[in-house]
Amino acid sequence: MNQIGFPILSLLTFLPLAGVAYLATLRGDEMAVASQARNGALITSLGVLALGIYLWVAFDPSQAGFQFVEALPWLSGLDVQYRMGVDGISLFLILLTAFLTPIAILSSWSITKRVRELMMAFLLLETMTIGMFCALDFVVFYIFFEAVLLPMYLIIGIWGGERRIYAAVKFFIFTLAGSLFMLLALVWLWRNAGTTDIVTLLHTPIAPQAQMWLFAAFLASFGVKAAVWPLHTWLPDAYGEAPIPGTIMLAAVLSKMGAYGFLRFAVPMLPQAAAAAEPLMFTLGVVAVIYISFVALAQTDMKRMIAYSSAAHMGIIIIGIFTFTVEGIEGALFQMLSHGLVIAGLFVCTGILLSRGQTLTLSRLGGLAAKMPAYAALLMLFSLANVGLPGTSGFVGEILVIVGAMKVNFWVALLGAGGMVLGAAYMLMLLRAVLFDKLSRPELGALADLKPREYAMLLPLAAMVLWLGIYPGSFTHMFDASVNAMVQAHIAALTPHTALAMVTK
Amino acid sequence: MNPMYLPLIPGLILGLGGMVLLLIGVLSKRDQTCTCTYGAVLALGLAAAFCLAAPDGVLFAGLLKTSLFTRFADTLVYLGAAAALLLSLDYNRREAMARFEFPVLVLFAVLGMIVMISAADLMSLYIGFELQSLTLYILAASARDSLRSTEAGLKYFVLGSLASGLLIYGISLVYGFAGTTNFISLAAILANGAGYGTIIGIVFVLVGLAFKVSAAPFHMWTPDVYEGSPTPVTALFGTAPKIATMALLFSVMLGPFGHLLAQWRMIIEVLSILSMALGALAAIGQKNIKRLLAYSSIGHMGYALMGLAAGTMAGTQATLVYLAIYLVMSFGAFACVIAMRRKGQAVETIADLAGLSTENPSFALALAIFMWAMAGIPPLSGFFGKLYVFSAAINAGLTTLAVVGVVTSVIGAFYYLRVIKVMYFDAGTPGFDKTASSVRFVMFAGALVTCLFVFIPGPLITAADAAAKALIG
Repeated sequence: MNQIGFPILSLLTFLPLAGVAYLATLRGDEMAVASQARNGALITSLGVLALGIYLWVAFDPSQAGFQFVEALPWLSGLDVQYRMGVDGISLFLILLTAFLTPIAILSSWSITKRVRELMMAFLLLETMTIGMFCALDFVVFYIFFEAVLLPMYLIIGIWGGERRIYAAVKFFIFTLAGSLFMLLALVWLWRNAGTTDIVTLLHTPIAPQAQMWLFAAFLASFGVKAAVWPLHTWLPDAYGEAPIPGTIMLAAVLSKMGAYGFLRFAVPMLPQAAAAAEPLMFTLGVVAVIYISFVALAQTDMKRMIAYSSAAHMGIIIIGIFTFTVEGIEGALFQMLSHGLVIAGLFVCTGILLSRGQTLTLSRLGGLAAKMPAYAALLMLFSLANVGLPGTSGFVGEILVIVGAMKVNFWVALLGAGGMVLGAAYMLMLLRAVLFDKLSRPELGALADLKPREYAMLLPLAAMVLWLGIYPGSFTHMFDASVNAMVQAHIAALTPHTALAMVTK
Repeated sequence: MNPMYLPLIPGLILGLGGMVLLLIGVLSKRDQTCTCTYGAVLALGLAAAFCLAAPDGVLFAGLLKTSLFTRFADTLVYLGAAAALLLSLDYNRREAMARFEFPVLVLFAVLGMIVMISAADLMSLYIGFELQSLTLYILAASARDSLRSTEAGLKYFVLGSLASGLLIYGISLVYGFAGTTNFISLAAILANGAGYGTIIGIVFVLVGLAFKVSAAPFHMWTPDVYEGSPTPVTALFGTAPKIATMALLFSVMLGPFGHLLAQWRMIIEVLSILSMALGALAAIGQKNIKRLLAYSSIGHMGYALMGLAAGTMAGTQATLVYLAIYLVMSFGAFACVIAMRRKGQAVETIADLAGLSTENPSFALALAIFMWAMAGIPPLSGFFGKLYVFSAAINAGLTTLAVVGVVTSVIGAFYYLRVIKVMYFDAGTPGFDKTASSVRFVMFAGALVTCLFVFIPGPLITAADAAAKALIG
């Protein structure tokens, strides 16, 4: 058992499942079931959040390795165990999931169609996502990673927009195709090391030729999930067609699964291949930042513009990871958190317009600042954080990534930073079209400002964005040790002499 | 009683039980379908109990041999047949084709299958093979007033006889060149390599058996027979005979012909690749859910053959795990098909399912679980089958096979998803009749096992491991 004496990670993972079981037992007329289901799901996810905060407090930041480790025999005969554990890299991603799920659930209040099933899907999604970030066994990881598809497919397909079926199937097939190649890589690694224990796999050397193939397989699966250009084509459809809470989970949490995969598997397990792929990944990252920003500029729909902006920022994260410097990787991690919060905030704002019965077409909006001042202020905050305004979370992540990139390659830093200027351009355009200009239609003047439930979603997000921006230290010091150890290991793996020197010391 | 004959008891129960039920049915004045069906299920249960309790043994001077491996496969066959009987109970009544001969025939077919599984001689192999084939031909045509059913029976009979002919021709070639039909003697003789005559004989044997497991390119009969046969019979076709034949393939190919692995491995690889590809591609255009499941079963056999192509103990274990999981998914899916009845008429197109998730959420969820499991999406059981066969193939160095498996899985996922899409995303009112409790039982038990397998995979995997050791070790 772990240092606090109870299996906190399994609890975190499977508590939402208990919520699903509770929701399945609800009986009565549709309205009653719907409101009970909403409350049940909200309470369950808040419980998970409370556990998550306890995890944060109990976490020992001075250790680089995995903590709260649990292990149970599972697939007998094979060395596949149910292993769970967190380190500095996964800790905040778990917290991010636990933090955003209640917000996504709150943002689904306006959906009245098959509420119970929707809530069950969200809780399932939370189980799968947290389980994936906790998994310390590759097979367990893979199962959670794939299982995310099931609830998400239904969320997009049942509650989505007009082209929901196309979007759902495309999302499913793209992701499945990618991850099945990871399954082959998994089996190969399994044979190579004789176990699927991630801690052992991290220290098992792999022949450089094989690494290339494995890296390609990982790129196929994590690249699709993180929507790295050019594997991102499912993203605008899925983000655009999913219902708002679904989009929040997709953009804020699920896209992190891909980046997490790179950090957890592709880089530390395949150091040579990762180093060799550095130019490729930089190119993909820079193209994502610049090209997708241009695509975002051309959008006429608020939701799709934010969707493209999300994909563009994933480019920054990819660049950060592949600098292999402490700054770059910490920046990428920080950017993952910041991006999760900011994008969630932006999509919640979008959802608020939708729930007021408004279109999201930019040319048919405008002038909302005068009618909805609180809304305007918060939308402004999230937009500026998305652009990377100092004092908000976006700034810290981006500056760290740029510093990391500058150490490695000047042009990558320059082009990446240049892309962010484009980011400023489309976000300001969005703000102008939504908040300023003049009212394009008279009925916009009748819109009410934020309601308490909407404050409950937006204020925590805004507070977190500011906290991350003003005092980033309270977050970075939690993952300092893990990231340092990871960078050390990477350098040691690439320079055999130092590795030898360390052994002989 | 001589303990030597203990392994014979399950066969005796099935054979004598079948005859007793036949007598009851013939002599009774009233319709005894229900009695006979439950009697047959009871006989299967008894046979399974005795089969699991029996020790290993060699019977009839080396004609039959039982081991953990045969007991594992036998149990799956009993399970499959019992589920088919449960499904038939309600279906046959509603289709006005309830006859007491149905369960009796199923019992005889099962007897043929267990003879096949425990065969230790090419002759007993052929006898078992023919016994099950002949009864299955009759079962396929058992809705004798239906044009489609009789057509299915005839088609199955004509193509099946061809396969039997190929099989017996192959056996005679092997016998002619090797001089024996006994597995142990054959293994000893073939240990030093084999001439062309024997190899050609082996290929014929392989083709005959590949026909029965409906591996491409010997699958032509499958879609038509699946579509035409009464659904419980289709459910039986999809499971028990395939498991029996697959077990037979393992015991023949890895037993007497085991030393020639290098010669026949390529054939199995080709069969496996073609089956996976055909199962994935041909199913896309299907509108009838029974035809869809037919192509899906062809694909599944392709994955199961991967374990044989590996030719290792891990491969055997993988296929056994795959088959056990496939059995449950397949039964569940067919139970769902049987439950698709509107105003007393069975409906079979996928479009009939539109809107099912709003009207009958638990039914829709069960079918969705089976479809996802067949697509191999974790955490459902189907994923573990795929994991095991992929890992066996890669460990045996058959990376190409594994890559093809991955690609076809993605393509396959597309049509499984389509069924879910129709149920969940499309609007409609299926208005299905109330489902009989026996069918609901098979459906939900299957869904539960498929869902919860992830939590307790241990027993099945350990059993499959022991069975594989018994075959190869």
